[in-house]
Amino acid sequence: MPHATSDPVIYKTDDLIAADIDSYLALHQHKSLLRFITCGSVDDGKSTLIGRLLYDSKMIFEDQLVALESDSKRMGTQGQEIDFALLVDGLAAEREQGITIDVAYRFFATEKRKFIVADCPGHEQYTRNMVTGASTADLAVILIDARKGVLIQTRRHSYLAKLLGIRNIVLAVNKMDLIDYDQAKYDAIVAEYSAFATSIGIDDFTAMPISGFKGDNITERSAHMPWYVGQPLIAHLETVALDNDVDQAKPMRMAVQWVNRPNLDFRGFSGQIATGIVRLGDAIRVLPSGKTSTISKIVTFDGDLDEAVAGQSVTLCFADEIDCSRGNVIAAADNPPEVSDQFECTIVWMADEALVPGRAYWLKLGTQTVSATVQSPKYAVNVNNMEHMAAKTLELNAIGVAEIATDKPIVFEPYASNHSLGGFILIDKISNATVAAGMLHFSLRRAQNVHWQATDIGRQAHAALKNQKPKILWFTGLSGSGKSTIANEVEKTLNLLNRHTFLLDGDNIRHGLNKDLGFTETDRIENIRRVGEVAKLMADAGLIVLTAFISPFRAERDMVRAMMPEGEFVEIFVDTPLEVAEARDVKGLYKKARAGQLKNFTGIDSPYEPPENPDICVNTVEMSPAEAAEHIVRLLMPLK
Amino acid sequence: MTKTLTHLERLEAEAIHIMREVVAEAEKPVMLYSVGKDSAVMLHLARKAFYPSPPPFPLLHVDTTWKFKAMYELREKAARDAGMDLLIYQNPEAIERGINPFDHGSLHTDMWKTQGLKQALDTYGFDVAFGGARRDEEKSRAKERIFSFRAATHGWDPKNQRPELWNLYNARKAKSESIRVFPISNWTELDIWQYIHLENIEIVPLYFSAPRPTVTRDGMLLMIDDERFPLNAGEVPVERSIRFRTLGCYPLTGAVESNAATLPEIIQEMLLTTTSERQGRAIDHDQAASMEKKKQEGYF
Repeated sequence: MPHATSDPVIYKTDDLIAADIDSYLALHQHKSLLRFITCGSVDDGKSTLIGRLLYDSKMIFEDQLVALESDSKRMGTQGQEIDFALLVDGLAAEREQGITIDVAYRFFATEKRKFIVADCPGHEQYTRNMVTGASTADLAVILIDARKGVLIQTRRHSYLAKLLGIRNIVLAVNKMDLIDYDQAKYDAIVAEYSAFATSIGIDDFTAMPISGFKGDNITERSAHMPWYVGQPLIAHLETVALDNDVDQAKPMRMAVQWVNRPNLDFRGFSGQIATGIVRLGDAIRVLPSGKTSTISKIVTFDGDLDEAVAGQSVTLCFADEIDCSRGNVIAAADNPPEVSDQFECTIVWMADEALVPGRAYWLKLGTQTVSATVQSPKYAVNVNNMEHMAAKTLELNAIGVAEIATDKPIVFEPYASNHSLGGFILIDKISNATVAAGMLHFSLRRAQNVHWQATDIGRQAHAALKNQKPKILWFTGLSGSGKSTIANEVEKTLNLLNRHTFLLDGDNIRHGLNKDLGFTETDRIENIRRVGEVAKLMADAGLIVLTAFISPFRAERDMVRAMMPEGEFVEIFVDTPLEVAEARDVKGLYKKARAGQLKNFTGIDSPYEPPENPDICVNTVEMSPAEAAEHIVRLLMPLK
Repeated sequence: MTKTLTHLERLEAEAIHIMREVVAEAEKPVMLYSVGKDSAVMLHLARKAFYPSPPPFPLLHVDTTWKFKAMYELREKAARDAGMDLLIYQNPEAIERGINPFDHGSLHTDMWKTQGLKQALDTYGFDVAFGGARRDEEKSRAKERIFSFRAATHGWDPKNQRPELWNLYNARKAKSESIRVFPISNWTELDIWQYIHLENIEIVPLYFSAPRPTVTRDGMLLMIDDERFPLNAGEVPVERSIRFRTLGCYPLTGAVESNAATLPEIIQEMLLTTTSERQGRAIDHDQAASMEKKKQEGYF
């Protein structure tokens, strides 16, 4: 059947622009802002739909249109007609492949709203892109090709939209023109989707039959589908409730970004209000300290305010001088968020290098950055069928539920009730890459019920009695490098100097405390964590602790360093080239490893990451163990 | 009662949030300042973000010596009004070799702007530089993050960008790396003009129409801003009522004939026009993916 090509509907009130620009401007300064994402598979017509929205709202200029027409003829997939997808497929490499492969942001406006569209790709390997786009979206448009119905990708996109807490879901059944605008087929697709949506907890969604290519039900109700009684897409986007408005009804929270202190007379706390409304005179509580005060001023460049709402960036002043700094959260005094250091969470892994359970990562939540370790996942989720699978780690684009612990308590709320105090990212401490996004579910009860017990005789008292400064001398190096030998020499010398010491040796610890651990990456990390905790207790008791462990990973050595006061952790690199250590092969282990009888052997089939800036470095090719020990002790002096 | 924020209020609050995050986490930030309308908006937002403190970073103008005179005049005043230090950097090699847009074509942009910017950031040791680029300007910008990481050589790797979720920005980096931060990524050209109008922000008078001496060359309407402009045989300057939609080096920036002399008239003209903003810039015309290429080489 012949398809009438719809004329683009023009949103700009051209007459008003030409006749009375001042009235037009007054009208348009009061638009609201909706952010949404579009998700679909490669051929669902996602780029075409976005191109159509831009075109219909006259966001395409004449020069771009001329380029588009010539591009369409050259590499378009729509014959001689304009290929809207070419408008939005950004980078050169992607244009050649004919697919979008990253999140791109587009802008258009109608009479009522301005829109920011995150264009999210539909490939399985790009889960991270969709999660990124979804994190800031008020609404998700899930595209289905009417000829294909509900696909695995549809399920995946819906699951991710639900996971990221998007409240408004639009099911856009696209390419209706290619199934002759058949209502029965449309109804069947909606029914199938509805059953699936309910099963993953999506209670409500809005379905509409459209054609991005032909423009059906985009700006106006389609003449081809009189049976559809709902709104066209644009009208729906213009009227749906905004997250920002919903957030105003929640209790007040603002994460402090920066302390504003231009002179001694002014001290304000700058931040963006996450939820709720703050008014002059409101009682507030600063977390995690729990101190309370009242709001004495709400400061902005445009003058002081009587109240400010969720979404506004302001500077708050208190009636009382109470401690407050970056990372703290200012909250309604009678309804504050929780503070905890252990949580259950969902994690979306976004890096090529898999999650290492037990390893310390930076966790950033709001304006708080802390060190955090993730346990082995309880399960991973198969995003295609939502089944739970056993998992030891999470690879790129994997989603799992796990426990996470932070090194100090953080202010939080469950993600479901507050995105800005429940959503976090994990950052690799070595590469600084953002490796994961996460959503907190709840704090674990044990964190709330186990409290630190203060004792009267502290670490200073222990150290003072021994007349020394406690330290951890952390020897690291390959197997056979001479760590234990040199550490033993150092301890002998310290003993002669009347120092109170203790030597923790790798092999000895594995005979007792750590005999349940093997040599996988995860077990090695746990091995070092336990040794670090024991060494710390001994240092608290006032001792100089020597440890001789291969400790192959930088991240774990840094983890122990972070547990100790500044200057008390001394990293000593016993630098022996692999060939030399292997030639020595005192314990015959290299021979076994080369013969394949010993798995995960450092230097052979498991990596060693040498320290980048060790506090002390000894080269065992040039120095004997005694010389190395003397060198180390000399650098450690004085020991009081 | 719910108070729905307007799109400009939302965009402003987002930009302020981003600027404060940078100041809280960067060691030595700087704001790139080109004197254009986007720079004017950035400077205004910076003043708002830290009020009553002055913005706790300097402005840096990577100068090519070929900007319009009116731009140099506003530059000093704007910095003074904001209570900020203004640093001006000119690539010494470009000065020495007398690089200019008439004789050196694309080398002019590369030496003065791309190389000049890299040198300036290295010389002063800035680890984070604010820029006023917007995602609606150009296709490769649409995919760039708000925090855009640059290797020690300042190159951009579009395939290796950090995911940006919620309003959480990861500003951690190695010593040699730097970050370009774009707080007005989500603004459109119309938003910029509306905001300038609403906030009464001072901009270079060249954005407003006036009679100015011009010649037409290679399809572009060029303004003769000083005596360095070499006239070709047969070229006679003609006075036309013109204005600029975008400002750069005067020999590379095309004017439009216009009678729009007020902000509402400019916006009116912009809304009724049918060509995109960057069309006036010779720099983008080379090839389809030219901007993406320049960015990989270290251009802002």
